Amino acid sequence: MIFTLALRELRSLFLSPLAWIILAVIQIILAWKFLGLIELFYSLQPELIKIKSAPGVTDLVVAPLFDFSKIILLIICPLITMKLISEERQNGTLHLLFSSPVTMTQIVLGKYLGALLFFCLIILQISLMPLSLLLGADLDLGKFAAGLLAQFLNFAAFIALGLYMSSLSRQPGSAAVATYGILIMLWIINVAGSANTGESNFFNYLSITHHSIQMLRGIVQTADIAYFLLFSFVFIVLSIRQLDAQRLQH
Amino acid sequence: MSNPLLNAQHLHRYYADTHAVNDVSIELKQGDILGLLGPNGAGKTSCMQMLCGVLAPSGGEISIKGIDLLDRPNQAKRHIGYLPDKPPLYNELSVDEYLDFSARLRQVERKQISSLRQQAKQHCGLEQQGKRLIGHLSKGYQQRVGIAQAIIHQPDIIILDEPTVGLDPIQIREIRQLICALGENHGIILSTHILPEVQAVCNRVQIIHHGKSVFNESMQTLKQSDQLRLRLQQNIDPSELQSLHAISSVQALNENLFLLSGNQLEKHLSEISQHCVNKGWGLLEISLQENSLEQIFVKLSSADTQQHEKEDAA
Repeated sequence: MIFTLALRELRSLFLSPLAWIILAVIQIILAWKFLGLIELFYSLQPELIKIKSAPGVTDLVVAPLFDFSKIILLIICPLITMKLISEERQNGTLHLLFSSPVTMTQIVLGKYLGALLFFCLIILQISLMPLSLLLGADLDLGKFAAGLLAQFLNFAAFIALGLYMSSLSRQPGSAAVATYGILIMLWIINVAGSANTGESNFFNYLSITHHSIQMLRGIVQTADIAYFLLFSFVFIVLSIRQLDAQRLQH
Repeated sequence: MSNPLLNAQHLHRYYADTHAVNDVSIELKQGDILGLLGPNGAGKTSCMQMLCGVLAPSGGEISIKGIDLLDRPNQAKRHIGYLPDKPPLYNELSVDEYLDFSARLRQVERKQISSLRQQAKQHCGLEQQGKRLIGHLSKGYQQRVGIAQAIIHQPDIIILDEPTVGLDPIQIREIRQLICALGENHGIILSTHILPEVQAVCNRVQIIHHGKSVFNESMQTLKQSDQLRLRLQQNIDPSELQSLHAISSVQALNENLFLLSGNQLEKHLSEISQHCVNKGWGLLEISLQENSLEQIFVKLSSADTQQHEKEDAA
């Protein structure tokens, strides 16, 4: 049942021009950035040869590319998630789901999975560019995989938050703005914590950047993974509760 | 017929301080077409939403084929098809895709989906529209897709919230025929504020006003008539009519138009007409004066809503 809902979500996405435009725009921008990074790598190569255990192509091209793509996707994610529930509510299709033998958990997970599948496609699309380097260069596949994992976990968290915001609001627009607000806040929250005090550790812990930066460098820590999984889990549970509450209250 | 398909007892629903549904009980048997009537804002939609699990009741019990809707919603909801007042359509999907999705949602087995889809489309006159996008269909066809969605899994109970709103007269006729046809094998609850619609399709009427159920009778009882209109060619003395034993009183509306009162006059129609013919009065019209739903409705609804509903009924 979750899968039926997820596939419907994905299908509706691809039947609107939005999904295609997003894929195209991401590809164009990131390809430009990718070319720029390769150019930079080429110009640095003579210097790099002189250094012992110099950073390789993965550090100088792949990691910055993934880091940059995170920003683009931060902009795009709320645009996809804003409609997940609020649009169904606006169109009255939520009543179809509510009157069918499906639980709230299935509805929420179905929608979450649908959006996540779309972003998996985006990740696949992005990762094809670094993979093309395999033709002529040695890629540190471990670091590359860590980068992919970072992207995936980032999305998983972004979508969960966006889904919850969408469940709160009838207007997709306000859901999007609220998602932007929180995501950007979490992005920059560790700026406040640059000094090494107790609070700064706390702000660091809350920050999305703090948890994904290590992974992009190839260091996969359980604490970071737990942060993203917990983040997603909390907002999924909140969405389920929100939908349940709406049946009780109007 | 012993077990009702749907049995809702003492439903209550509050919206903040508003008591929108107040102790309404609804029962539906196989073959019933129940018309839920009421002025705007009476609580019809809230009632229906509670019956199909969209809205949680503040109090009361709902059982569907003996399954408690609140305890085991997933089992109970399989037997329900629901068309909300606004058809729940995904405009970007084609009719076929949408119906398949609806069937999957209702846990119909994959193998059966295509044959059930065909049947539902046939019922609703959508055979030609399968490949078209729902967003491109006219409102009438969208409404039909909405109905097809509600019947695709062949539920025992079909709940339709104002199914004929926004349709043209021909479409309304077709939808009414469809509802009558479906009513033979299913139980149907239908809400509307169009009174002739109820008279045309329903066999039971329940009127809800200010959240309370104020009237609940079968159409049969409504049709039982104790008044008869009689139009004659000649002017006669009303007392001559009174000689018939079935008639208790006669009222002359004008020179040759009479209103006869008595018990179960429909059984005595031939007797009365024979009498008129024998006397050579020139019988022009003899008709039963049915209890008009409108009269009942207006009587039960408060003064401020009367005007509105008359307009709707007209």
